[in-house]
Amino acid sequence: MPEILTPAESEALLLSLRVSAVAVFAALPFAFAAALFLARTQFFGKTLVDGLIHVPLVLPPVAIGFLLLTIFGTRAGLGAWLLAHFGIRFVFSWTGAALASAIITFPFQVRAIRLALEGADKGLNEAAETLGAAWWDRLVNITLPLAFPGILAGVITAFAASLGEFGAIITFVANIPGQTRTLPLAIYTALQAPGGEAEAARLSVLAILLALIFMTLAEIVSRRARQTT
Amino acid sequence: MSIEVSLAHNFGAFALDARFSILQPGVTALFGPSGAGKTSIINAIAGTFRPQQGRIVIDGRPVFDSVQSLWLSPRARRTGYVFQDARLFPHMTVRDNLLFGWRRARTRAAAGEIERIVALLGLEHLEQRMPRALSGGEKSRVGLGRALLSSPDILLLDEPLAALDAQRRQEILPYLEKLRDEARLPMLYVSHALDEVARLAHQIVILKDGHVARQGSVFDVLSDIELPAFAGSLGAVIETKIGRRRADGLSGLDFDGGTLLVQELNRPQGTVLRVRIRAEEIMLALEEPRTISANNVLLMSVLGVRHDSATHADVQLLCGRTRLVARITRASLERLALAAGKPAFAIIKSVTVDTQMTPQID
Repeated sequence: MPEILTPAESEALLLSLRVSAVAVFAALPFAFAAALFLARTQFFGKTLVDGLIHVPLVLPPVAIGFLLLTIFGTRAGLGAWLLAHFGIRFVFSWTGAALASAIITFPFQVRAIRLALEGADKGLNEAAETLGAAWWDRLVNITLPLAFPGILAGVITAFAASLGEFGAIITFVANIPGQTRTLPLAIYTALQAPGGEAEAARLSVLAILLALIFMTLAEIVSRRARQTT
Repeated sequence: MSIEVSLAHNFGAFALDARFSILQPGVTALFGPSGAGKTSIINAIAGTFRPQQGRIVIDGRPVFDSVQSLWLSPRARRTGYVFQDARLFPHMTVRDNLLFGWRRARTRAAAGEIERIVALLGLEHLEQRMPRALSGGEKSRVGLGRALLSSPDILLLDEPLAALDAQRRQEILPYLEKLRDEARLPMLYVSHALDEVARLAHQIVILKDGHVARQGSVFDVLSDIELPAFAGSLGAVIETKIGRRRADGLSGLDFDGGTLLVQELNRPQGTVLRVRIRAEEIMLALEEPRTISANNVLLMSVLGVRHDSATHADVQLLCGRTRLVARITRASLERLALAAGKPAFAIIKSVTVDTQMTPQID
């Protein structure tokens, strides 16, 4: 890492990237399944399911963090069970930060993938069907390749959004250096310390740069998606 | 080869209630104005649209029967669908598009068949291209090849030329003719362009407002003066054979009932040609005009007259077993006092020689 960042700062940066990457890729299969379900089926109560998936978008992140804490806390419930049987612990660990980020950014992914799937021409799907392709065949060979740029744009957007997650992480997995102190938490910590404004400013500039880079990337990808289809 | 179709579906503003069967091989045109229900019918045959009621049997195999709740998926039907907008897969090369159905066919055509169809459609130089690098006409040909290579039992063509300009259309029509003559595959051809139907079809099913208004051989239906007015310009299609060479720069086209003289054609004697004679191109006379520039003066008998229009009348004529229709003014009709059974001379100035067709299909 270049000298402009202190070891603690670069640690926060790398942790942020890792947490977001794991969050986005772990959530992707679920987001894809949800998007496919919403794009392809019609059923009573679909609006409600759609609303539920989008809830993390509008719920206070602190509330989500608290909810996760009650579910995955190691003293009771699912958290205790996971710890006892699999040795998996989310609280106070970077994997917990990834879980919180995944839930917060889930709607971004579902929305982008769903739009991409719906945008993939139905007529081409129909054509493939008359040519003898079964549904999974059409999904793998027609829909997915056509929706891929849109899906990629969604993943990048979710990744960028995940980099900024604060409330859910600090509530669920606390603020542990090297473990759960991502970039936003590092900025917060710097501001808490007397004379930490310079560090907070540097980290904020870094956050802005990251956001710009990934949003530009997402824009380029989705523009290309519109051109090729 | 046979297809039995009987469908009823209520779209709200429009109700489809069509019944027809095709017992002969060859090309059957599903003809009618936009919104007559043509595309819904072939979608129902292909399995991409499920009507509320009906029954569809392809070659003895029921694929839809609402009474028995039978509904085969499109992939189980073995229909080759050629879409109006080609619907090529944009992320695959032309070659992969062509082989998409072939790879998934239950009974794959022999590998040699691929090259034969590629050659038939003139696609040799396009195989490695992506669909976006193709012209409209080339896309149509690839769509046609892709459907053919899936080894279908029947080919469904949904206005495959409608998206093309006149020039491209003329570029594709010969391929469709070759296909009709060589592929020996029953084809259901949806069209609202009478000239295409006249060139390609053997049978014609005329649809109007969701109902079958008329069905029959293209020769009978297009020479019928009772043909609904929406069918566009009236004109009989007749089948002819090029006669022996003449010295006067004309070619003789023999038909059942006489010979038509047209400008010299560079085709061998015995070639079967389909020609279309528009109703407006025929003049009628009661006596034989001897000094006239028109090359064709045929003695015919009047079969019937339709005069429900204020301005013109349509006269159906018979010569041998060949029927023609002429459109004349009301004034002429009254002056000549034409009526069924009367003889009349048909004076034909020009003949549209439309196409070559093989004689075997009947």
